[in-house]
Amino acid sequence: MIEITDLRKSFDSNDVLRGIDITIHDGETVAIIGESGCGKSVLLKHIIGLMHPDSGTVTVDGISIPDAKEEVLYALRRRIGFLFQSAALFDSMTVYENVVLGLWEAGERDEDKLREIATEKLGLVGLRGILDSKPSSLSGGMKKRVGLARALAMQPQYMFYDEPTTGLDPVTSDQIDFLILSLTERLSTTNLIVTHDLFTVNRIAKRVIYLNKGLIFFDGTPQELMQSSDRQVMQFVERFVR
Amino acid sequence: MLMAKNRNPIRYFGRKIANFLREFGEISRLLGRTFSFIPRLGRDRILLFNQMEHIGTNSLPLVIVIGFFTGMVSAWQAAYQFKGLITFSLIGSAVSRAIFIELGPVLTAIVIAGRVGASIAAELGTMQVTEQIDALESLGISPVRYLSTPRVLAATMMMPILTIFANIIALFGAFIVANFFLDISHKVFFDSVKRFFHLKDIFSGLFKSVFFGGVTALIGVHVGLKTGGGAEGVGKSSIRAFVLSAAMVLILDYILWTIIF
Ligand SMILES: Nc1ncnc2c1ncn2[C@@H]1O[C@H](COP(=O)(O)OP(=O)(O)O)[C@@H](O)[C@H]1O
Ligand SMILES: [Mg+2]
Repeated sequence: MIEITDLRKSFDSNDVLRGIDITIHDGETVAIIGESGCGKSVLLKHIIGLMHPDSGTVTVDGISIPDAKEEVLYALRRRIGFLFQSAALFDSMTVYENVVLGLWEAGERDEDKLREIATEKLGLVGLRGILDSKPSSLSGGMKKRVGLARALAMQPQYMFYDEPTTGLDPVTSDQIDFLILSLTERLSTTNLIVTHDLFTVNRIAKRVIYLNKGLIFFDGTPQELMQSSDRQVMQFVERFVR
Repeated sequence: MLMAKNRNPIRYFGRKIANFLREFGEISRLLGRTFSFIPRLGRDRILLFNQMEHIGTNSLPLVIVIGFFTGMVSAWQAAYQFKGLITFSLIGSAVSRAIFIELGPVLTAIVIAGRVGASIAAELGTMQVTEQIDALESLGISPVRYLSTPRVLAATMMMPILTIFANIIALFGAFIVANFFLDISHKVFFDSVKRFFHLKDIFSGLFKSVFFGGVTALIGVHVGLKTGGGAEGVGKSSIRAFVLSAAMVLILDYILWTIIF
């Protein structure tokens, strides 16, 4: 369970988060939407402790993230899979090395086993035969899939997706959406999906949170969002219902 | 208004000093955390060996070229200063001591600041702006352990070794100039080197180079991890790392000199 109360964060005079309260229960799939630069990534980074709040609390499974000791925090992060907006593959490593790095560093040194896991996780995201390729030779969609396989290799309990379809063509975006959908159904993870793509929201999430001007502007089901009569929400939704 | 504000020298320097102190604090903390992972180096030896190869072995050709020319030019310089005052038979001693104490360690360190400090900053800076550093963190891997400790330790170990090469090559370069252009026989040249040879000279140079290596890599890591602003930020970081580490080498050289001599 993730519990966030009155979370605030500013960068100099830029008040990005101005008091966020969210509770996410185990097994939920929640989408977080909002315009570019509204603080969606900043929010995710607070949950895994990459950023420190100015005030407020963030706890994951009862562990207070801002106060956690380094070892506790690192152990917790291994249970959280994170798909980065840019995929963030390690470009000096092969696909195989990317996928198993977390396991290798956690102490698993059996090469046969690691190769098997890499093959399995890449299969799960629909990739095969690229174990020894370098990330630079992959397309944008393939990089996202490898990034996803890397996160899944850790057997995460939580999955965070930061703009999984941004920058991809519509066909590839659809594929990634359906991949995430099938993963959320197959694996019993708790999922947080940051996006500004309402197609993704409608397909995958049961609950959607709309961030606006540093506050939670809307928290409900995708159906409620689409039917909202709030002008701000309608403006955001309009683009997708044309 | 804006002009007046920017021109206020007290405020300007006050801010500069505050920034410097904050950054100094950050680097000190990074140093502490980097060293705290030394006990793990047994497990992380592959990372260390890779960096030793990258920092040490791959820098060798450059160090050899620099050493050779440094030696040659210092022989000419000694001859120019000695002319009509001191016998040329002492050139070997003067040049070798200058090389062992100052020229070898300092010039090697500055070349490495350019090659290694800047490339560490560019590499880690690229990783920072492409979220690879965040990705390491999200996999439960400490970037300090994974990236900083191997680089800082490898530079600390390889710098004295590179300096030994630079010293030998520079001495050889000086001998070439002395022998071919100043008509000093190898016996006269090396007798002079030996006569005034102090082991302390070599060791003080190598001792300093340990610090030069460490500080160069540490600054490269620090500047790299603080990179912001995309590809442009990466370029700025690599320049900044070079300038900062070259300056730190010279400052440290002075501080260590006052301690050793
Ligand atoms: N490390 C940082 N330093 C300063 N400002 C930042 C930093 N990270 C994010 N910001 C600012 O916070 C705001 C929200 O950023 P972000 O969460 O990345 O937006 P998005 O909702 O598109 O993911 C932006 O204005 C951004 O400039
Ligand atoms: Mg973002």
